Amino acid sequence: MTTGNEHPQARRSVVNWLLGLWGGGVLASIFYPVVRYLAPPDVPEAAALSVTAGSAQALAPNSGRVVPFGARPAIVIRTPAGELRAFSATCTHLDCTVQYRPDLQRIWCACHNGEYDLNGRNVAGPPPRPLDPYDVNVAGDEITITRRS
Amino acid sequence: MRLRAWLAERLPLDDVLATLRHKRVPHHEYSVWYYFGGTTLFLFAIQVGTGALLLLYYRPSAAEAYESVQFIVARVPFGWLVRSIHAWSANLMVASAFAHLFSVAFLHAYRRPRELTWMSGVLLLVLTLAFGFTGYLLPWNEVSFFATRVGTDIAATVPLVGHALVRFLRGGDDVTGATLTRLFGFHVAVLPAVATALVALHLLLVQRHGMSVPPSVERRAAADPGAVRSIPFLPHFLLRDLFAWTAVLAVLASLATFYPSELGAKADPFAPAPAGIRPEWYFLWAFETLKHVPPTVAGLNGEFVAVAAMGSGAVGALLLPLVAGRSPRSRAIVVWICAAALLFMGGMTMLALRTVTP
Repeated sequence: MTTGNEHPQARRSVVNWLLGLWGGGVLASIFYPVVRYLAPPDVPEAAALSVTAGSAQALAPNSGRVVPFGARPAIVIRTPAGELRAFSATCTHLDCTVQYRPDLQRIWCACHNGEYDLNGRNVAGPPPRPLDPYDVNVAGDEITITRRS
Repeated sequence: MRLRAWLAERLPLDDVLATLRHKRVPHHEYSVWYYFGGTTLFLFAIQVGTGALLLLYYRPSAAEAYESVQFIVARVPFGWLVRSIHAWSANLMVASAFAHLFSVAFLHAYRRPRELTWMSGVLLLVLTLAFGFTGYLLPWNEVSFFATRVGTDIAATVPLVGHALVRFLRGGDDVTGATLTRLFGFHVAVLPAVATALVALHLLLVQRHGMSVPPSVERRAAADPGAVRSIPFLPHFLLRDLFAWTAVLAVLASLATFYPSELGAKADPFAPAPAGIRPEWYFLWAFETLKHVPPTVAGLNGEFVAVAAMGSGAVGALLLPLVAGRSPRSRAIVVWICAAALLFMGGMTMLALRTVTP
């Protein structure tokens, strides 16, 4: 028969191990909810597939207009040749909103001087990718832009 | 006198006073650089005071933030002054903290046993910049909106966790009212709590180790112990500190009065970024660097390369006392690296200021 005093070291290490387990459990039960709390939940939003973007007549050649596309901005431009085109207006560099520059005949981002051509291709400055293109339709005088599936 | 005796029986008043009376501060040709630590602390105190005042009227929501700041500036008596002092004091605090960091580096005050003093100081500078970044969005104006979009999007370059980090900072995928609420929480609760604890540690360490003496002065003292003078902390050093604080207060009051902080236009998430947009002066060097980095560098995303380089610089600064050797040669290397960093940051800032947006 063994008494409690025969393996004090082994018993101490078991107690330490239990204490560590308890401490770890307490910390985990505090930090797990906090970490989860910090990450914002996904708010489902109706993904806009197409939006109206104002009057076609009011958009003169060599000009552009920024319009809401769901939660994000989109840009509709009329090229100097008179053609309507639409792109995502979020710069692919660091998320600024682009604008049309008539003097350059390009889409331009004021934040870090990025430039895109009339096809939305990144042609100067730091942007790493082209702007996402949208389809443009005109019904009567109203422009409708549609996300490409 | 009875009150003093009553307090002395309960608090270690006499011990503290005796310590302060015996405390001496080295006095030499570089002593003037010591005062930047004190002025940074003074400006921090001003930020706490004016920040508390602004909180009485400010409303942290996308619908009301801009209008509440407008109300503070236009309707609340001296509201323009309080806001202007808060904004200017933030700028001076960043300048003073940078001056403190570089003077401590150039005078090699980070050496043993002051490694932790240096490291807590670098963390405090990072916190100061975080205060600047989080506070910048709070008026919810056009410039701050895009600055926050760019600033938070930079976090996306971090491998693996980048996207989660951006969502954590923004409170969602985009900069919205959720971002405002979040950064407000950081600005007025999380950062002040951490900063107060770090300031306490920093001051405790300064008190524990006393003020550092630069190596050149140390050598002189080794040859002739009488060569290095010291002055009593009470009242000599304290009075000099008070003089510096009064001068800073005068500069601050003049700037706040004659160049009051402007509010600009309200943020519009569906307006293009305005031409000539740029961040606060202390982020200009990073802004200008990001502008010149090409989309790809050696096959890697250019933005990632730039951010990684800046991040390594910050980690290098934090660990400086642990990696810097003790020989005069390694001290010279530290001086050259710090001078190069200062030159790069200064040069990039000048370039950003000179660039006229086409």
